[in-house]
Amino acid sequence: MAFTSIEQLEALAAQPTPLWRAIMTADAREQGLSEEESLRRMNGMWQAMRSASRDYSAAARSSSGLSGGDGQRMLDYAACGIGGEFFSQVIAEALKMGECNACMKRIVAAPTAGSCGVLPAVLIPFQQKHGTQDETMVHALYLAAAFGQVIASRACIAGAEGGCQAEVGAAAGMAAAALVFLKGGTVSAMAHACAIALGNLLGLVCDPVAGLVEVPCIKRNVIGAMAALSSADMALAGITSRIPADEVIDAMREVGDALPASLRETGRGGLAATPTGQKIARQLNLEPK
Amino acid sequence: MNLFDILGPIMVGPSSSHTAGAVRIGYITRKLLRAEPVEITIKLHGSFAATGTGHGTDRALVAGLLGMRPDDMQIPSSLEIARSKGISVSCSTVKLRDAHPNTAMLQVKSADGRSLEVVGASLGGGRVRIESVDGLEANFSGEYPTLIVRNTDQPGHVAEVTTTLAQLKLNIATLQLYRDTRGGSAVMVIECDTPIPSQAVTWLESLPGILKVTYVNVEEA
Repeated sequence: MAFTSIEQLEALAAQPTPLWRAIMTADAREQGLSEEESLRRMNGMWQAMRSASRDYSAAARSSSGLSGGDGQRMLDYAACGIGGEFFSQVIAEALKMGECNACMKRIVAAPTAGSCGVLPAVLIPFQQKHGTQDETMVHALYLAAAFGQVIASRACIAGAEGGCQAEVGAAAGMAAAALVFLKGGTVSAMAHACAIALGNLLGLVCDPVAGLVEVPCIKRNVIGAMAALSSADMALAGITSRIPADEVIDAMREVGDALPASLRETGRGGLAATPTGQKIARQLNLEPK
Repeated sequence: MNLFDILGPIMVGPSSSHTAGAVRIGYITRKLLRAEPVEITIKLHGSFAATGTGHGTDRALVAGLLGMRPDDMQIPSSLEIARSKGISVSCSTVKLRDAHPNTAMLQVKSADGRSLEVVGASLGGGRVRIESVDGLEANFSGEYPTLIVRNTDQPGHVAEVTTTLAQLKLNIATLQLYRDTRGGSAVMVIECDTPIPSQAVTWLESLPGILKVTYVNVEEA
């Protein structure tokens, strides 16, 4: 059974089974997978995120020449970071992952390739800092996936349909819920964290320069990760979203529907339509047709 | 949409809809053709048409048609691989009515002269929906073993097909029926929970009034 509301997840958490396991069981049954196979696959996703991060090459450049090396720049600067080293590492991780994607390396869509940096950006530094077991990180991914499933079912997870809020916004909501889980928060706090993160990124447009998943996509992964961190911390502090998560997701859908086509991955609006954006597209001979 | 549609796929960048989803549409089309195409005509619609080249959508569709999966590191060089195999590839844009923004129309030919036209939409996160096969509505995801039965629009064909599946103890996940005109050409799209044996496909094809049976199981090697 696919989850279609956050309320459903909250109800499931009232059962004695840990929520991540209940989520896994429901999905494995639906897919005809054994629980071992499901766990093996989810662990595969986690290990693929870690290897993408490990194999990052500071020298790699995308074929357009627009991207590469920023993740390393941020790492080199990390110790001086305004928000401390952990924050700098989160920023660096988001950039690294976005750059790997732009350079046609192997990444994990989470929920999409354009937003592939948000979850690893918060999860990898979290594990390094707290020494969390891989097993627990995999459980956190089940939580993230279930929140993402609700977002996909009530709204969408494609920039062409809903704008960047449906990609980086959705990823931020998923990552916020995962962080609350890792800090031992309640499902209600996870729901509030997800609602706050998604709500804060509502309206984010999809305006890739020259139609490439590079500018501004790579750096938008950073704002997604930052939104996840701040929303998780707010929720863990007992701050609630005045609008319930399900309604925030519904609002995201409505905003997505209201976005003009120029701001939904056509490369015709926003930053893509700026003089410099257009100049880049012309130089690359990638003007939108 | 299952959990691994949300977290995953593991894929080669840069875009889950424009790259991974496109590989999948190509791959399903190859499965439907049941052969490697020798001639490929790609028509891109909407956002695929606007930003397809930058995302490597054409390369991704061709990669899928060559049998590659979304995490294949050779996706970026699919056009060169197709050329070296002597496969002709042409790509243009098209405006389709009421189509999803990420839609591709693929017209392919096999070495033995069979041709096939598939329209597929990439829904995000690497998931796809095959909208039509040879001009007839289809509407399936490729996530299940799928049977597409084309028959004359007469009473009894749905019963024949579902009875055959029941006798084989195959559970139907979804069943859709379409037709062009009353008494004309009809199509059944059946998604099953488990693979369908090839004898069953051959048997169905032999029934009077059944025009064509196409079976696609994306998971099978």
